[in-house]
Amino acid sequence: MSGNELESLYQDLILDHAKHPHGYGLIDGEGPATESHQRNPVCGDEITLRVHMDSGDTIRDLTWEGSGCSISQASASMLSSLVDAHDRFRHPGSGRMPRTEASALVEAFREALRSRGTIPLDEERFGDAAALSGVSRYTARVKCAMLAWVALENALTRV
Amino acid sequence: MSVSVGTRAFDVRTVRSDFPILQEAVAGVPLVYLDSAATSQKPRVVLDAERAFLEHENAAVHRGAHTLAAQATESFEDARAAVAGFVGAEPGDIVWTSGATAALNLVASAIGNASSAAAASPRHLDEEARYALSPGDEIVVTEAEHHANLIPWQQLAARTGAILRHIPVHDDGTLDLAAATELIGSRTRVLAFAHVSNVLGIVNPVAQLVALAKDVGALTVLDACQSAPHLPLDLPALGVDLAAFSGHKLLGPYGIGVLYGRREVLDALAPVSTGGSMVTTVTLQRAEFVPAPHKFEAGTQPVSQAIALAAAVRYLEGLEMSAVHERERLLEQRLRDGLRAIEGVRLLGDADAERVALCAFDVEGVHAHDVGQVLDARGIAVRVGHHCAQPLHRRFGVTASVRASASVFTTEAEIDALLDAVSGVRAFFGAGR
Repeated sequence: MSGNELESLYQDLILDHAKHPHGYGLIDGEGPATESHQRNPVCGDEITLRVHMDSGDTIRDLTWEGSGCSISQASASMLSSLVDAHDRFRHPGSGRMPRTEASALVEAFREALRSRGTIPLDEERFGDAAALSGVSRYTARVKCAMLAWVALENALTRV
Repeated sequence: MSVSVGTRAFDVRTVRSDFPILQEAVAGVPLVYLDSAATSQKPRVVLDAERAFLEHENAAVHRGAHTLAAQATESFEDARAAVAGFVGAEPGDIVWTSGATAALNLVASAIGNASSAAAASPRHLDEEARYALSPGDEIVVTEAEHHANLIPWQQLAARTGAILRHIPVHDDGTLDLAAATELIGSRTRVLAFAHVSNVLGIVNPVAQLVALAKDVGALTVLDACQSAPHLPLDLPALGVDLAAFSGHKLLGPYGIGVLYGRREVLDALAPVSTGGSMVTTVTLQRAEFVPAPHKFEAGTQPVSQAIALAAAVRYLEGLEMSAVHERERLLEQRLRDGLRAIEGVRLLGDADAERVALCAFDVEGVHAHDVGQVLDARGIAVRVGHHCAQPLHRRFGVTASVRASASVFTTEAEIDALLDAVSGVRAFFGAGR
């Protein structure tokens, strides 16, 4: 991996999210809450992710707390902003993100990250998180990027 | 690139030519391998020894009477003698295990079994009974242990009702010997500790700790994984009862490790694993066991690995361990002085004590994984994470650190490459801005 490749892994967008994370700090919102705590036993990174659901089985909000490398922190931040932006930016008028869509996103994210660089993340669908495409070529870092997404998947099974 | 030590010149260039993997490039950059504390690289003589055995002598050892079987048995036992000699011991003091973890678990399990037997029959008079633990007895470890020398003792404590206590570590990484003196008392039955911590790199004061244990009749167990590859080792002279080290950190193969034990202790402890080749007479009802060390070696042994490990220790003896230690001392100075000078870098345990060439550090504002990635981009392999020592990391207020560890083939230029790369890390991530 050359210096250029290093910069393509650590894009500015990733470093920005890591330094100024979105959705950081668990909130006591309205609606039924579900939570998941995930750890990466290799490096000790951890995350607690909380979502509040609403009556239509859509996600009202997604917040998180945790510590870890810039990839894991940026990924959690990007996931949170992706869920938040569902109504306002990405699909105007479509309302909040349905649980089924969130599950499908996690599945597609995992498939791309495990693809060793062969399946890029679509920016239309993944927003800022598409910047994590490069991580899939570094198998040792895939778990870092997956941590928040696994937490969301796990939280949704507990609703 | 050569330093003169005593009468012997340590020629790193020649040493490097013995390690085939050093020809490898990582994504187009020559490999700078600074992760020998995790697993060492293997010189060609080790690879050749394993292959030569399999090609020319392979047969089941300690069974069968054909020519190859006899030859294989002889090579296997020669290997035991070579490894014994490397640590100043007799061949009978050396038990093969699958690794250091297995060796430490063997000891903890044997003590646990002795405890169960003693509890079931209080008048149990077997030799092993004197190592039995009862509720309220104490096992003492240090705060700096690798999980492999911590969890087996936690399990043993849970099984026997014994209490697990630990010797704290000072901010500079040295053990709190005043606390150790307080802790080790009449209830202490086992004292288990690392010769060299795999995170701090500091050589612990074995003589003092053994003296404290001996005063109260406690069994001493030494984790020698990080000392055996780096300094001259004389286990009987250190006075420990038992010790463990692994082959793969000692320029040898995976799947082989060593349990050293004083004869009296090995004789007293009962086997943990039972089965083929560790027996004399077997009836349908019962079995009699052969003496130590073979009574601890049930089933097929890692024969070719043992033979290759012997080649590894002979290789190190060829370099002379005192010369290896002296050489690594210089590298350690360069590494630690260099790291100290980089802004935002904090060493975990910075004592100017006796050390091996191993340093773990934290870069302020940058996670260890990210540091490792930047180093990897320059072909520099280091360990990132908690290095199987979570309690010690917690004690230093971090979940993960970066660890650089040298070996016989490490050069000054490689240390400098690491220092140069670490210097640029905080700027790359915009830390401290």
